[in-house]
Amino acid sequence: MSFSILAETKKIAKITLMGEVDSLSAREFQKEIEKMAAESPDELVLFVENLTFISSAGLRVLIFAKQKMGSNLAIYIVNPQESIVETIEKTGLQHSVNIVDQYL
Amino acid sequence: MMVDNRIDYYPTHEHEGIKFRRGHALPFGATMVAGGVNFSIFSSGSTACTLVLFERGEALPFAEIPFPDEFRVGNVYCMTVFDLNYERLEYGYRMDGPFNPSAGLRFDKTAILSDPYAKVLGGRDTWMVKPDWDNVYQYRSRLAFEDFDWEQDHPLETPIEDLIIYEMHVRGFTQHESSGLKNRGTFSAIRSKIPYLKELGVNCVELLPIYEFDEWENSRQNPVTGETLVNYWGYSTVNFFSPKAGYAATGKFGMQVDELKTLIKELHKNGIEVMLDVVFNHTAEGDQRGPTISFRGLDNKTYYMLTPEGYYFNFSGTGNTLNCNNPVVRNMVLDCLRYWASEYHIDGFRFDLAAILGRAQNGAPLSNPPLLESLAYDPVLAKCKLIAEAWDAGGLYQVGSFPAYGRWAEWNGKYRDNLRKFLKGDAGEVGDMIQRIMGSPDLYSMRGPTASINFVSCHDGFSLYDMFAYNEKHNEANGENNNDGANDNNSWNCGHEGETDDPAINFLRHKQVKNALAILLVSQGVPMVLMGDEVGRTQKGNNNTYCQDNELNWFDWSQQETNADLYTFSQRIINFRRQHPVLRSSTHFQYWDYVGSGYPDISFHGTKAWSCDRSESSRTFAFMLCGDHAKQGVIKDDMIYVAMNMYWGGLHFELPGLPPEKKWYLFANTDMPSPGDCFVPGSEPILENQHEFLVGSRSVVILIGR
Repeated sequence: MSFSILAETKKIAKITLMGEVDSLSAREFQKEIEKMAAESPDELVLFVENLTFISSAGLRVLIFAKQKMGSNLAIYIVNPQESIVETIEKTGLQHSVNIVDQYL
Repeated sequence: MMVDNRIDYYPTHEHEGIKFRRGHALPFGATMVAGGVNFSIFSSGSTACTLVLFERGEALPFAEIPFPDEFRVGNVYCMTVFDLNYERLEYGYRMDGPFNPSAGLRFDKTAILSDPYAKVLGGRDTWMVKPDWDNVYQYRSRLAFEDFDWEQDHPLETPIEDLIIYEMHVRGFTQHESSGLKNRGTFSAIRSKIPYLKELGVNCVELLPIYEFDEWENSRQNPVTGETLVNYWGYSTVNFFSPKAGYAATGKFGMQVDELKTLIKELHKNGIEVMLDVVFNHTAEGDQRGPTISFRGLDNKTYYMLTPEGYYFNFSGTGNTLNCNNPVVRNMVLDCLRYWASEYHIDGFRFDLAAILGRAQNGAPLSNPPLLESLAYDPVLAKCKLIAEAWDAGGLYQVGSFPAYGRWAEWNGKYRDNLRKFLKGDAGEVGDMIQRIMGSPDLYSMRGPTASINFVSCHDGFSLYDMFAYNEKHNEANGENNNDGANDNNSWNCGHEGETDDPAINFLRHKQVKNALAILLVSQGVPMVLMGDEVGRTQKGNNNTYCQDNELNWFDWSQQETNADLYTFSQRIINFRRQHPVLRSSTHFQYWDYVGSGYPDISFHGTKAWSCDRSESSRTFAFMLCGDHAKQGVIKDDMIYVAMNMYWGGLHFELPGLPPEKKWYLFANTDMPSPGDCFVPGSEPILENQHEFLVGSRSVVILIGR
């Protein structure tokens, strides 16, 4: 008899967003998410330190990601500017994502 | 993707570089389809239509595309336009046709018109930010996403008899500095105050109009203070499908749809339903002197009730009357409500001046109004509460006779009037009050107590505290020489007009507020509490604060402490109702013991047990509910005894005897100073004297038998 363990490490998708996500750039963002969804990651980490604006279409990509990759997907928004945090909070998305200062 | 391969998603036409093709007639409005947007607009009598496209916020359109003749189906113009930036787009229509007011035709191709089916409206994005009056297109149709992440949420479907409705104004609830919030006056701010609503115990919020309206409409200066008077209440709809952008902290980003849906989802998570106050009786276009925003320019004689000379019927008291029983308009109302029920998960609707919805196209009242019937039997609205304000400004008063189709409930204006008169000590009210506390079987014998929405105050009229602080209205700040607002307030100032330092008067006022809330919350039917009445909110005697965007209307959160006795009493009486199903029956009393408990379901008493003085001079009565009859005998509850003495002297009430194993406990006695005026439901103290209770002057006593 032999004994074996198949250990699986977490699959982490990382994206860095800069500037403004409006309806046009949101399409690019969404395409990127779709590509990553094919890998079925456990975590989606968005580095957004230099993101200055996210529009309604941009926020929807986050919801799309959750729906596409399953509700177990943990989304991390890393080091967002105050205005981005406010937008996320006012529209109630903060319950679906984790806003963190840094991702370790 | 499959859908991209359909050949009807390829353009066939081009105009100044913009590609488009023949569209689909239904659904009306602007709908996102693969690669483009389908525009569909109804207009009868017009000769031509042009689609006008703007980049968001730009003064002039970037394109105007005339609809080719072959794009018209019946009276509907439809077109699919490709490659539009759906987040940056604003659109409208020019409608060409005859201008002949006496024939009801008011086409004007120089005007750019809003789409009545627009799901978002731009132009008034932030509350009271001064608009550009020279803008050629003031209220700009925009597109909305319909992909909100509702997760498991759905309308709560709370049985209507279990509701405790809280009528509130979105802005007024949190705009006062004392709310301590950052985004004051918004949907988002209400979300932060959900713990307060939960603690208070209400399980339904009824929002004053949140359809897009223009707060600047008829704005003017307060003659006394110079302050700007605005359209604060919002009973003047610009668009029926769009939420008010100025009520959203994210309105300036065009995210009001998401913000409102998030609020509704959170309220639902906390067991609180959301009801909308909807205004389908008129629009913001006013009479012939008013602005042309949408309906007037699209199809004046379809959307409005017109006199034979082509002027506007004014059953709403605001200039025009929406032609609700025209089949086209009726369908728009239906589409609108279905949209709010399905896309926003709204739990119910309260229809402003709903008697108008039962008038024929010539204004005559209908015995079987098609609109009301359609709403009552609509499959999408099947679980929504439908509540009518069963009167209009044209003299039609239908409390008790509103066409109900087994569905409609009513704001019970008679409940309000009888209770107010009874509270101020009028003689001859006991007979009517007995009907009111039973859910008004005299008005709703066939419809049950759930047809009766009981209230003693609402946005329209005195606040509850002011009802006992003012004999007369004081509406000078509205700038109409105190001529506006109702004169039949049935109020009583308790001995001094306005604020006073007299402790006896102030005690009596607080007692009267508690009396009113106590009776309201133990009456059968559905109670509605006005925002702020639970903390003694005052409007300084103004009974028509529609134009006051200031402290007259804002909820002052510091009153939760300064009037802590009122807040505690309100909170406990509301939770008392929630704990006792015997107070919330869906059927009328039968006045006999149909479960074999030894007591009838309801019995009436007075200073003598089992004897109720209903004579003209009586100002006093008591009733007892038998808990074994709760919910038609399905649930066991305690016995509840309520004594009401609106006489100016204290009276001894003989208590009805209980079964040997039960004793009387005191829940509330409004004659006592706080904290002895009421107890935490479930931990009421036992009465020393089980046979008699001295009920103070103008006081309510509530006992529990268990």
